[in-house]
Amino acid sequence: MQVPAQVEYEQAASVEHALDLLARSGPEARILAGGHSLIPMMKLRLAQPETLIDINGLSELAFLEVTGDELRIGALTRHAGLLAAAGAGEHFPILHDAERVIADPVVREWGTIGGSLCQADPSEDLSAVFAALRATMVIRHPAGIRTVPAREFFTGPYETVVAPGEILTEIRVAIRPGGGSSYQKVGRRVGDWPVGAAGAALWLDGDVISGTGIGLTAVGARHFVAAEAEEFLRGRPATEENFGRAGQIAAENCQPVSDQRGPAEYKRHLASELTTRALRAALRRAAPRRAGGQRRPGDG
Amino acid sequence: MRQITVTVNGEAHAREVEPRLLLIHFLRDELGLTGSHWGCDTSNCGACVVWLDEVPVKSCTVLAVMADGHRVRTVEGLAVGGRLDPVQVGFSECHGLQCGFCTPGMMMTARWLLDRSPDPSPAEIREALSGQVCRCTGYENIVRSVRWAAEHGAGGHEPGEHSGAATGSVPA
Repeated sequence: MQVPAQVEYEQAASVEHALDLLARSGPEARILAGGHSLIPMMKLRLAQPETLIDINGLSELAFLEVTGDELRIGALTRHAGLLAAAGAGEHFPILHDAERVIADPVVREWGTIGGSLCQADPSEDLSAVFAALRATMVIRHPAGIRTVPAREFFTGPYETVVAPGEILTEIRVAIRPGGGSSYQKVGRRVGDWPVGAAGAALWLDGDVISGTGIGLTAVGARHFVAAEAEEFLRGRPATEENFGRAGQIAAENCQPVSDQRGPAEYKRHLASELTTRALRAALRRAAPRRAGGQRRPGDG
Repeated sequence: MRQITVTVNGEAHAREVEPRLLLIHFLRDELGLTGSHWGCDTSNCGACVVWLDEVPVKSCTVLAVMADGHRVRTVEGLAVGGRLDPVQVGFSECHGLQCGFCTPGMMMTARWLLDRSPDPSPAEIREALSGQVCRCTGYENIVRSVRWAAEHGAGGHEPGEHSGAATGSVPA
């Protein structure tokens, strides 16, 4: 029987109230959202917070909207909510690719986007997804807000720049024309962590790659990013050959470790192959829009 | 300790609990509702699925205090006025259980699926139940059971319609 250690519990009535509770409770307080990472860690005593501050009642953090040229996702948005949001999937198919394979349908009803990102598990999918999309994280603190690029948000396994006394409140993704994106994951079964996964976003100027983001999951990529592969692609034509080379570069620059999900060599192979596949799919999805046409069947 | 009030299957229950108490243990040990099964304890197996308000949750990964002021629906709340829910009849008709350990969670998620999608394909059923494990590996009959329920009037309930129906008291 797994039982968390004793803990104090507070329900926040607003973001301000949550910040106030955090300030009063000290550095051993933790925000409780869906709890599907935190509570299992508490049961295993890997996490032993003194105080939980429950933000599940904060509807002000549960939103998802396209405003002008930006997608804004409230941190308390549930995985199922993001998966059900047609607009988010239309602009960024990578989000729905990933959400379809995160945990299972029941867990997705409660797990939150902000919770997943703040957990910063090296095998967590959305970290790589938002790194690929070059998203911006919005963090509230008692004196106001600060914004941090997704790529600077993660400082190590299970570590982010969110300081004691702060709350991640929102994720913003800029909507730019001429883009496509995809997430490709290999896992052993539903609900398991990935053996490896790669996400890619492409922005094209004609046939030339004007911008790209490549995120890697569970293969030991720094900040979840394949920076060298991105650097290689920028300014080059979007060809199969270049995508293959980008995959190789991504694999050469990550540091997977062998575990029960597979040997490092296999994970390195996945980093290469899945990067190439994600780029290929991202191009397919970008292409019809560049031509102003409809997406082809089977591109989803 | 913390005072909480949780409306379970339409009936309000006030208790003083430790914040670390898990919802599954609150239901089983505090309220004596042992229909929900405590399985893997790691949110993998789904035997403990109950509804929290309108959505299924793995109650081994939710604290009882998180349900304070909310509605919970367990397998004991599926039958209304002594009449089995079509999902329950389906599991009976189609031999949807062998040892029965996973059954409460399977049925709660199936009920939720049918409220959202009254005529689900076998693939949709498999997807909806993919986070739940039957150690007897009786999946074929579980899918058939849910299909049976769909074909026998299980769909079309308003979500939440059942929650208070047993007692008629549904605190806001």
